Amino acid sequence: MGIIQRISMIFRAKASAALDRAEDPREVLDYSYERQLEMLQKVRRGVADVATSKKRIELQAAKLEQSVTKLDGQARAALQAGREDLARVALERKKGVQLQLQGLDEQRAQLQAEQDKLVTAEQRLSARVESFRTQKETIKAQYTAAEAQTRIGEAVTGISEEMGDVGLAMTRAQDKVDNMRARAGAIDELLESGALEDVSAPGGDAIDRELAKISAGAGVDAELEALKKELGGGSPAAGELGRGTAG
Amino acid sequence: MIVRVLGEGQFRLPGALHDAVNALDDAVLRAVEAGDEGSFGRALAALVAFIRAHGVPVPPAELVGSDAIVPAPDSRLHEARSLLAGDGLIPG
Repeated sequence: MGIIQRISMIFRAKASAALDRAEDPREVLDYSYERQLEMLQKVRRGVADVATSKKRIELQAAKLEQSVTKLDGQARAALQAGREDLARVALERKKGVQLQLQGLDEQRAQLQAEQDKLVTAEQRLSARVESFRTQKETIKAQYTAAEAQTRIGEAVTGISEEMGDVGLAMTRAQDKVDNMRARAGAIDELLESGALEDVSAPGGDAIDRELAKISAGAGVDAELEALKKELGGGSPAAGELGRGTAG
Repeated sequence: MIVRVLGEGQFRLPGALHDAVNALDDAVLRAVEAGDEGSFGRALAALVAFIRAHGVPVPPAELVGSDAIVPAPDSRLHEARSLLAGDGLIPG
């Protein structure tokens, strides 16, 4: 036996545990239905939770975009003032922020995927719960306890499997959200410190080092050159960077 | 036979495909036993692709248990292991 039959046996075992506990199998129908409704509520909350986390990431990304613009401006200003050292720090920070932005993009995409999965799961479960509800009434009305046993067994196994499936999807989504929260917290701290926006911010030394570590030095050098050329005046190779800043 | 792909729902497959499914499933098992993340991912993808290609989705009105349950297509090895251990499953 491979793994997929074993997994199905594990799911079945969980379902039959609930069936075995009840004296009258018909009790299981109502009990299970209540749990299904609770589960639907949970999934809907789960969807909202993921959406909130996604929103937070989007807000952070917008702030980081602002930082990029600001640091860019600071680099220009520093160079114009003859402070290449400061311009370098600003560009290094900009690279760091851009790396963070990339990470946020990936996380946003991940959360979007989880949200989509949960929405689909909710729709699937919702349709099954509705079908369970009608079958439950039919079974209760038309069958004696003994006759009902097998029909209930199948229906409960089916729906319980669906709930297990949705439950797993929720756990996976929650893991991603938790993961994201830890990272988002760190970015919030950076944003609040102001270090991402102002090169001359006090207490920025630790952040300097951190950003410098993750920033790609080569990229900074290239940009520094580009800026120098542009601000050096009269360079025809300034390209798109040069437009709109002359004078 | 009815096969559930976690995260995607149930599919009904012709009984004649049983052996083919088993062979693909064995490849997944071997990868799990070998602890090889790469071949696990490939074997799982092959199994899921086969089920999607040959299976017909079970309509929502039909409440039945599955004969086999396949981990979600983007599962990692450790997730498959914890499924086999019955971790994190909600009873009832």
